[in-house]
Order: sequence, then structure tokens, then C-alpha cells
Amino acid sequence: MLKGIHNGARLFVVDPRRTSSAQCAEKWLGLHVGTDIALANAMAREIIAAGLENRSFIENATSGFEDFRRHVQKYTLDYAAKICGVPAAAVRELAHAYARADRAQICWTLGITEHHNAVDNVLALINLGVLTGHVGTYGSGLNPLRGQNNVQGGGDMGALPDRLPGFQHVENDELRGKFEKTWDAKIPPKKGWHLSGMFDAMERGELKALYVMGENPANSEADQHRTTKLLDGLDILVVQDMLMSKTAEMADVVFPAAAGWCESEGTVTNSERRVQRVRRALPPPSGVRDDIEILCHLARRMGRDLGNPSAEELWNELRSLSPMHAGMSYTRLEQMHGIQWPCYDENHPGEQYLHGRLWARPVIGPRAPLCCVEYEPPLDVLDDEFPIRLTTGRRLDSYNTGVQTSRYASPLRHGETIDISAQDAEKYGIQEGETVRVVSRRGSVLAPVRFDPGLRPGLAFMTLHFPDQVATNELTIDAVDPKSGTSEFKASAVRIEKVRKTEPVAV
Amino acid sequence: MDLHFTDAEVTADEKAAVDGVSIPANANGTRRSYLLPILHALQNHIGWISPGALNYASRALDVPPAEAFGVADFYGLFSTRPQPPAVAHICDDIACKAKGAEKLCSELEKSHGPEGSSKDGETWRRSPCLGLCEHAPAALVHSAGKQHFEQSLASAKTESIRTALQGTAVPQPALAASVPQLGQPGLKLLRRIAQINPESLDDYRATGGFVALRRAFAIGPGAVVREVVESKLVGRGGAAFPCGQKWTSILTAARPRYLVCNADESEPGTFKDRVLMEGDPYAVIESMIIAAFATGCEQGYLYIRGEYPLARRRLEHAIRECRIRSFLGDNILGHGVRFDIELRVGAGAYICGEETAMLNSIEGHRGEPRNKPPFPTQVGLFGQPTIIQNVETLLNVPYIIMEGGKAFAAVGTERSTGTKLFCLSGHVAKPGVYEVPFGTTLRQLLNLAGGVGGSGKLQAVLIGGAAGAFLGSKDLDTPLTFEGTRAAGATLGSAVVMPFDDTVDLRQILLRIASFFRDESCGQCVPCRVGTVRQEEILHRLAAGKPLGSRPNELVLLKEVGQAMRDASICGLGQTASSAIESALARLPVFEDKR
Amino acid sequence: MSTQNAPDMKTPVPRGPLPILPPPRPRRMVEISIDGKAVSVPEGSTLLQAARSIGIDTPTLCFLENLTPVNVCRICVVEVEGSRMLVPACSRQAEPGMVVKTDSERVRLSRRLVLELLASSVDVSTAPQFQEYMKRYGAQPERFGDAARPAGNRDAAQPGHHHAPENGNAATVAQPVKIDNDLYVRDYGKCILCYKCVEACGVDAQNTFAIAVAGRGFTARISTEYDAPLTDSACVYCGNCIGVCPTGALMFKSEYVMRRAGTWDESKQTRADTICPYCGVGCTLTLQVQDEKIVKVTSPLDQQITNGHLCIKGRFGWEWVNKK
Repeated sequence: MLKGIHNGARLFVVDPRRTSSAQCAEKWLGLHVGTDIALANAMAREIIAAGLENRSFIENATSGFEDFRRHVQKYTLDYAAKICGVPAAAVRELAHAYARADRAQICWTLGITEHHNAVDNVLALINLGVLTGHVGTYGSGLNPLRGQNNVQGGGDMGALPDRLPGFQHVENDELRGKFEKTWDAKIPPKKGWHLSGMFDAMERGELKALYVMGENPANSEADQHRTTKLLDGLDILVVQDMLMSKTAEMADVVFPAAAGWCESEGTVTNSERRVQRVRRALPPPSGVRDDIEILCHLARRMGRDLGNPSAEELWNELRSLSPMHAGMSYTRLEQMHGIQWPCYDENHPGEQYLHGRLWARPVIGPRAPLCCVEYEPPLDVLDDEFPIRLTTGRRLDSYNTGVQTSRYASPLRHGETIDISAQDAEKYGIQEGETVRVVSRRGSVLAPVRFDPGLRPGLAFMTLHFPDQVATNELTIDAVDPKSGTSEFKASAVRIEKVRKTEPVAV
Repeated sequence: MDLHFTDAEVTADEKAAVDGVSIPANANGTRRSYLLPILHALQNHIGWISPGALNYASRALDVPPAEAFGVADFYGLFSTRPQPPAVAHICDDIACKAKGAEKLCSELEKSHGPEGSSKDGETWRRSPCLGLCEHAPAALVHSAGKQHFEQSLASAKTESIRTALQGTAVPQPALAASVPQLGQPGLKLLRRIAQINPESLDDYRATGGFVALRRAFAIGPGAVVREVVESKLVGRGGAAFPCGQKWTSILTAARPRYLVCNADESEPGTFKDRVLMEGDPYAVIESMIIAAFATGCEQGYLYIRGEYPLARRRLEHAIRECRIRSFLGDNILGHGVRFDIELRVGAGAYICGEETAMLNSIEGHRGEPRNKPPFPTQVGLFGQPTIIQNVETLLNVPYIIMEGGKAFAAVGTERSTGTKLFCLSGHVAKPGVYEVPFGTTLRQLLNLAGGVGGSGKLQAVLIGGAAGAFLGSKDLDTPLTFEGTRAAGATLGSAVVMPFDDTVDLRQILLRIASFFRDESCGQCVPCRVGTVRQEEILHRLAAGKPLGSRPNELVLLKEVGQAMRDASICGLGQTASSAIESALARLPVFEDKR
Repeated sequence: MSTQNAPDMKTPVPRGPLPILPPPRPRRMVEISIDGKAVSVPEGSTLLQAARSIGIDTPTLCFLENLTPVNVCRICVVEVEGSRMLVPACSRQAEPGMVVKTDSERVRLSRRLVLELLASSVDVSTAPQFQEYMKRYGAQPERFGDAARPAGNRDAAQPGHHHAPENGNAATVAQPVKIDNDLYVRDYGKCILCYKCVEACGVDAQNTFAIAVAGRGFTARISTEYDAPLTDSACVYCGNCIGVCPTGALMFKSEYVMRRAGTWDESKQTRADTICPYCGVGCTLTLQVQDEKIVKVTSPLDQQITNGHLCIKGRFGWEWVNKK
């Protein structure tokens, strides 16, 4: 992005925190946590009011414009300014800049998706792209920036409740049939649960056995009390991981697995849908096996011999089943430094952007809908008792629950803190470095205070990197977006209490 | 930018010093160019540039503090460490060395301790040429504080230095003493020097000032450029590039365009531009306006070396007066011409006289030369097309406008037209600035200056400064033109003419020149950064009579270093860092007598 | 939200047309001559690119494909007919009709001198490419005599006058190694001041600006503001400076420790390219492995996502693999 800025691109940053990116931007819109839909809808309204929508694109390739136009009427600039806490003029400027640009992209990360209305948040942004035609052309688009090296690849490979590899719907009999034939096995014809759905199912007693691969829900899930209780209540918990995570410690069976990125062969898919090769650089420690080997062994014990396939053999099987991966031989992946899907055959270059079909006349396939989504405030409301909005995220040198990153000596790492503005500190009579109690409606933790000039009064920030030091997820709310199953990590209501001198403050 | 700062805090005084530098509200793209003025403000008012102050300045200008430090640490007149508020800079360069600088230094060492040590809030340091060579030895005294005091001291003595260190001004020789030809007919560039009150705009106008500007407005920019082309005027800064060609080339270039007046006269032995700026500051302004008008520049910068406090004050005053009287501004004299000048003050870096290093210095970067091409007329200040001319060059322009290019070209020789200023110092009877037509021989010029001084017996003449060449007594009939000196294997350079009598140990002069280039190399490119070091070391070994291997061996090594510097350095500094030394070795029996 | 518009999720979206990418800018060809051979290169090509296109291996120290040329080392200089000085091939663009010599006596002399000047002032013991150039050009840095005593604290050097050379011995940039964090060391006694680290820390990659060139002349050096320890500086430990350093002045602490212990052995090392396990950018990591331990991580320059640049996690976040 900075390269783009150096080349003359304009950057607007919408973020409650004045981040490093915001510092480099032309404008920073420091909105209140969880008010993205109000902002996006107001931008949409302004774009339409100013006649800046892309009429011909809308007529050719979209549906629901009239409903949408009516729907966003109430999202005036002033309304958005009041809800979001940013000046109306700034919203207007952003709307105009976005709509008038030759090419424009909206990029987002978990600040959009870790909310109880995650899908609606995303739809609100998609509306902007569809409204202005900033989709399906070179240099434009809607870009969820992935926070993990293979979160895209997981989805590509069917690690979704309703999809088979290549995003083929499990409830489509023809598609499912193709897999059943190749695999010589029956696949349950109904979609399954997503992550939060599974925990609900555990609560209802419907889910009694869990096989966790490379995930640390005991630390990473919101509302840690509930998570731990539910995992404890399982009949059997199997964990397959590279390292002994908190979840692995709770497991009945642990399969020590090789590190996928340096002890195994295979592929991952990055944010730009580029399938890339990972390679084995060193052997795993003794007693540790490759994921494929573990799964095949397990299958054998369960009565099905899958042989001893190599990563490439499995990949080639995938290519035969997933049309969008069909052209990606290992040879081509190496030669081309990875290929962006879809890549339908071995002469196909891969596609740098998606949705070009929307520009065909007439449009190919279904029209892109403009979706009417409403602003809903975060569920964990602020009140006199819990007046501070806590949002969570990452710091540069650390990663998720710190299972990997806590083991190198980062000079940037200073342990967990609760970051607040100096103004709030003064208000509550707190010094920098002082340990305070952070209390939410679900739990409380002790954490030292750090001042962050990027935070406005009323906003606090913590991470999940140091669960053993500060279990931030004791505080977070497990309000879940029903459509995606993501928890509202980004918006909890907390208060900060001074710790009485007599209390033990060791953390 | 997302900047990170250390915890160092700014003091109230430092804050006031930084805030005292006014930055125009519309300076968005050029904000960083206020770094140099802010560093000066801190040095002048606080006495050094502290980490807290640098943080504050960096924040104000949106400059990374590591880069701002790299800039502050580049200049000899800035200190990034605490130092006593009162500092005497003692010139020990070639002209002053020949006139007792070492004696002065040893006296200061006795009274104040070794160079750089602190005594009662005072210290002293050795300095490269201060451009007061006609009154050698020279010194420059700074006393930092709210009432910042600075003064150049001509014919410096320990007493006058002590007085100045206390913040008391010391009477200085009149400007007339620098112009031995004073009152003689035929002077052009020097005609107003010491004849008018240099602070008076009315005096300037009463002596023909701004007539050329009105005439330029009357004939239009195209005609001005034509006259300059016809005059065959070439740059006087050392590179001798034809002005007309430079001006013509920018006429089709993009806008905005900038005009930069190079007043960073730092070549050892050179002081002519100082005399012009001290004695005729309005002429500098008028010349810049005409040049800007002709070439379509709306903003000018005048970059003057920090060692010239009096010239700087005179120019500041002249610029102020010109703004008030509508000679500078948005609508000059009602002609709809827009032009203004910002003054930038150097801070002790010879390299900033190199035109592209100067551009970087103005922009608030380190004074490191840029690789050419592209040339400044294509990509110059702030990346825009830029005309850069030296003070003396520009001052010819009004005469060209008044008498016409053809008449101008009739003086001098075919390829070196007009008159030329020469800086005579060292062992000469009447040191000072002389104006003679091009083509005058070295002998004639020396005679004009009363002949060889000192013992009266000439050993050698340094022509063109440290980057120039030595001539011997048999070269005295060399015509002082660009082509004549070139034919003699020398260069006119910045028109330094510095004779040395037979009592001078030329080895010491050569060692000083080598030392000078090592000190003043910006350090950017390898041949110059290390080559100047190795060159000095070889000379030391030769001077001590302890060559590595043999003397011829060392001379081969010296020659190879010289060739690599000349062939592969980025800029003129490295390219000429060996020329004076090589010319001395070729012409004079410097290291012949083995001790 | 209203769902009446939602497409049927169970039916695959049909294939669309191939993306339309902007056509490459048409570039005229420029004809030049290099070492007597006619060469045709696209307009805007540098002489270095032109020479490489016909297989002429031009030495470079301060040049790197993923950085803006600064042309300060001057080892790539070539002779161009009509030019008084030699010109840096890394940044000089080919112009029609240029006649270039890349291996003339003049060129060889300057290149040899650049190597000798550097090798007589800098410790180049961990710069294999540099040593290869020394052989190629017959550089003999010992011609400049014995090394002078280290000059004291180079970080405290003031621009301007220096002390006279002691016995005419060869001044060097020798100085103590800076170790102020657990990830990498800065041994500026090995620094040839190629500016690459400054560029990588600045707009060419990281945009952090923790380091810049300070001082002047022979005392010019890479420094944070006031030589502040990295831990007080803007450094974000991306290690991109290490990635571009040509002499080992900037070195992983793991490598530094192994070299001190005498256990660093490149003949026993293997390299494998893989993808960083952290965020979704997908940077290629080249893992350097010795005795089944990762000892160093770099990234190939031709990797189009970040052109060889990484962040702290990709560069250093692998220790857990060794510690398992």
C-alpha cells in the first residue's frame, strides 16, 4: 500500500484506532467500534445523492438497486456522523473520492468480520463496490486481507460447513456425487456446523467428540469460561498440533504433527488467492508425523486403507475434482511462483481479479445483489458500569495466541498490556505501567496499563497473544454472527478498576 | 508518515527556537526544506542540537528523526553534542596557513586548551577556508544564546578573538580594503563596491540599479535570453558552462521552475562573491529577478555559506527592502511578474557548493551530490527544472541587458567573454578582488596586485583553489581564460590566484589540500570517501620520507588513486581532489629532497 | 437484510471472461554498442541491464534489483564514448548510439581501486562476492600499508578537521560490534556504506526510517538518531536490512553466534523455499538449514509479492521449530 502511495495513490483509513497505516494515510476516519454499516450506508447514500453511482454497471449487472436506494435514505451524512463519531464532511469526502476514482479498492481485516453482524458488515462494503462498479476490473475490488497464511486455502479445500473443495456446495447432489464417486464413500448430504455452531452443539449435548487440527480454541475463543467448560465436557477430544497448546493439554489424544510450512510438502493459498508451494526444509522431530501420514494411519485403523499418498498425489486428486484448481500442476506452481485461482487448465494463467463476468453484456451468471443491511450496535452495550469499549487485535511481532511467536526473542514484545488513552488514564487516576483490573460482564483480568496516543478516550485495546499472562478472552463476548459463526472479539464493554494496594497483583 | 521518536524531550527554549522559524502554510511539498533553517535556529540559540530538540523539529516537519540527525551531523557548523556556547572557528587553510594561522592556533591552545576543549564557556576549533583570505589569518566567532552573536574576524589576533568570544563586536577593515582597484574606471562588477551604502536601495537606484530590470521587462523574456546567448557568458562557478545554453534548455521544461543562486563560495582562497554580496547586495537580487523573468521561474533560492554572516545580513536586508518596494513579490513593479527569494544558509560543508548537493541541502537532505544525468535543468530542486548560477555569473546579466550581448562578448577572448574577478591572496603585495578582462596574463595580474609579496621570490602560484592547479614561475604568461588555463594544464576554477614565496614549505600546503578534501568529502561514493584518505596518507609518508616500498612506488599508487577519483567519483569534488597535488608533483620539486 | 436478491449458493457461478490486464507500456528499442557488440534494449534500460542482456557480468555492490539505484560504490562504472568521466552502469540509461566499454584499462583500474580502497578500510571477511571480485580484478589492498589503529568512537566523530594520519598508516572503519537486541547484530567494521540498508528501511521497502547515513566523509556511517540503541529506535526488526547487506555487517544473531563458536558451516547447509506460516500475504521464505536446525531465513528477490522483503515474524519467528 505504501508503494501505491509513493506512486500517487490516495489512502483513506477507517479504523477506531489511529494505526500506523492511518499515520500514512491522507485521511483517517476514527469511527466508533462496530459502526461500519452506518458509515458504509451513508457513503452509499451520498454516492447516489451526488449521482456518482455507476448507472450502466448497475443496470447491467446488479439487482435490488431501487430497494437499496430507498433503504439507505435514512443514512444521511449527519446520521452517520452522529453514530460513527466522525465528521460528516469526512464521510462525504471519502464517498466522493471512492466513487470518483478510476480504480478503487476496499481492503479490510478482522475489524470488519469479528462482529456479531460480520456478514452484514461485509455486505455493506460489497454494496459500495457494486454501486460504483469498482469490482471485476484491474486494480479495483474488495479485498479481505487474510490474517493467516492459509485461511484462504482452508476454505478452498472445503474446510467450511457447507462446501467441498473448490467451494462446491455439499448440498448440490451432482457435485457431491462427483466426490463420492472418486472417494468411493458417502458424504453427509447436509451442511455441518461452523465453529461457534459446534460449541452450541456441545452445549446442547449433540456434539460429544471433537478432533482439532492446528487450532487452539481453549485460548482463542471468546468467553474462555464457557469454551473450557464445553471442551471439558466432551466424551473425547483429539488434538493434532505442532506444539503443545492449551487445547492439546486438555486432549484425550494428541497427535504431534509436523510443521506444515517447513517439515512438510504441500500448498497454501494466500490473500490474493495465490496457491503457493510449501516445502520440507528439515525433518520433523522423532515421533512427529506429517498430517497426511497421521490421517492415513487413522483411516487404516478405522478400516479404510488410503495407501501412503504423497502431497503431490493428493493435490492431483484435488485438481481432478476442483475445476478452479485443475490447471495448477506442481510444475506450474513452481515455475510461476504460485498461481491465482481460478485456473481451469494447464494453459490458463490464473486470474488476477474475480467477477469480470459482471462486465460482460449481458452479464454472465447471476446479478450482483445490492443488499439492504441495517446498522446494529455491538451487543455488549456501554453503560455507566462498563463505560469503555475494548477492542482486540494483534501486535506486529506476535501471532494469535503466541504458541509460535512467544518462542523467539522479539525486542518489540513487552507482554500484554491494556492500551488506553492518556486522557482516560487521567480520568481514572491511573499511571502508565500500573496494573489494573479490567472487568467485563463475563470476567476480569489484571493487566498493566500502556498509553497509546492512537486511542481516543473511551477506547481500549488488548491482544490474545499472551493467554498465560493475561487471558483477554475472559473478557470478550461470545456473541456470534449467525451467518458466519464469528465472535464479536472486536467489541466488548469493560471498566478499568484500580487494584487496591492490599491485593496481590502478580500477573 | 508513521514516525517513531525516542523519549528525549524538548526544552522550552528549544521549542521557542524551532517555533521561531516561520513555515508558510502552503509549504506542503517543501516542508522539509525548513529543516536547515530550524537546525540553524537551534545551533544559534541553544548552542547545539539536542535529541529532544531534534525530535521536536522532526515532528514539526514530518521528517524521520534518524534522517534529521543525518542532516544535522553532516555540517561542520552544527554540533550534535553539547559544546560551550562561544566557539571560535580558526581558519587554518592554505592562505591563512601562509599568514600565521598556526601561530594563532598554538596561542589559543595555550589559553583555552586543545581544540574542542571547554574553558569558561568558550572553545575553539580549526576551520576550513572562511573566505577572508585577503585579510588572513581569519576567524569566525559564534556565541549562542537568545542574543546570538556571530562575527567574522579579518586579520584575526588572539585579543580580537577573545573579545569576540565575549560577545563584543570587533571593528573590521572597511570593504574598500578588499578592492585595491577602488575608484578606477572600467570596473563593472566592482563599480559599486565601497562606493555606495550597501544597505540603501536608494543608493543602489541612484547608481543605475534596477534600470536593467525595467529594460528586461520592456524587451521581454525571449529577448533577454537572446542577449545572454549572444553574450557567450559562461558560468563563473568553476564548470564554465554556457549560460545561454542552460537558459534556453529550460524554456520548454515543465513548471514550476526554480532559480537557485549559488552563493556557497567555499573553494579555499575564494572571496569575490563575498565582496559582491557585502558591497552590492541589491545587484544580486536584481540579477536574480532578471534571470527568473527570462526563464520563467517564480521562486528563487539564494544559498549562502554560513561563514558569511555580514553578507547574509546585507542580503536579508536587501530582500526585505525589495519586498516592501515591490521588486519582489506577486506583481513586481506592476508588471504581473511573480518572483520571490528565500535565503538558505549553509552550515559548514564545502560540498554544498556543488550544485546538486546544494539542491539536496536546500530540500533538507544531506548535502550529497546527485548523479548526473538527469541535470538540474531537467530534474532539479524538488524534482522540478532548475537554473543554478553562481553570484558573479548572475551579476554580469544586468550589464549584458544594458550594453547588449554583442558588446559584452567584445570584451575578453572568443571563448571567455567579459571581465573576470580574481581573488588574490597569499604572498602578493596587495591582496584583494581584482576585475580584469579575460585574457589578462597571470604576470599582468600579479603586477596589478603589486607583485609577489613575502620574500618577493616566487615559488609557485595556486590557480583555481584547492581543486585547481599549481603553476610555476615559468608559467606566468598563461592567459587567464578558461581555454588558456586549460592549455596550461590548469583550470580557472573559482579564479583563485595565490602566489607562495620561496619560504613556504609547499609540502605543508599539499598536506593541507589533501586534508581538506578528506574533511570535505561527503562520504557518499567510495573513490572519494576512501581515496581522499589514502591520498593524504601517501603524502604523509612521502613528506616524512618514509615511503612504503619506494618513492616511485608511492607515486604510482598516488597516481592510481587520483585516476580512480577523477574517473569514478560522482561529483567534481572527488574528480578534482587530486588535481592540485598532481600538478605540484608534475611541475615542482616538492618531494625531491629525501630527508 | 433482505435476502430476496441473494443468488443461489448451491449452483456454481459460471466462468467469466479472462481478466483484462493493462498492456505493457510500449517501449521503443534503443541501439547501443557494448564492447563492440550491437545491443538493442528497451528504452529506459540501464547500461547494467544492457550488459547483462548479452551476458556481460558487471560487478555491483550497492545495486540490488529490488532497490532504487544509488550509484555510490562506483564498482559498476563503464566507459562511454564522449563522456569525460566513467559512468555508473547501474543507473545510467542507454541512449541511442552509445558506445560503451565495460572492460577497458580505465574501467578495470577504477574497479580495482574501488575494491582496494574498500578492502583496505573495511573487514570484508564475510563478503564472498566481494572476495570473488577482488580475485577477478587483481585487487591488492595491502598496497596501502598497515592498518592504522582504530580511530576511537566513530559515532562521536565530528565533521570537519581530523587528526593527521599516524605514520601514514591506512585508516579503517574498525569499531566494536553493536549488539543491542537478540535478533541481529550490527558490525559496522564490515560496512562498505552501500546505503542498501537505509533504502530497505526507507521507502524502498519498510518505510520505517530507523536508520540513515550520519557524519561526513570517511566518518560517514549508518546510524540511528544519536546512535540510539535499536531498541529505542523506530526499528521494527523486519531484518530487510540484513537481507540486502552485501558484507555481513548486518547479521542474524544466530549466524553471528555460530560464526564466533566456529560452528557456521555453509558447506553443510541446505536451502529450501517455502511460504511464511504467519499472515496471508504469502511471502516466500528461503530456509537455510544446518544440522536439522534453521539457521537463517532470507527471501528471494524475484518473489513478486514482496520482492525479497519480510517482516519480523517471517524473518525471525521460527525459533520454535528449533526448540521443539
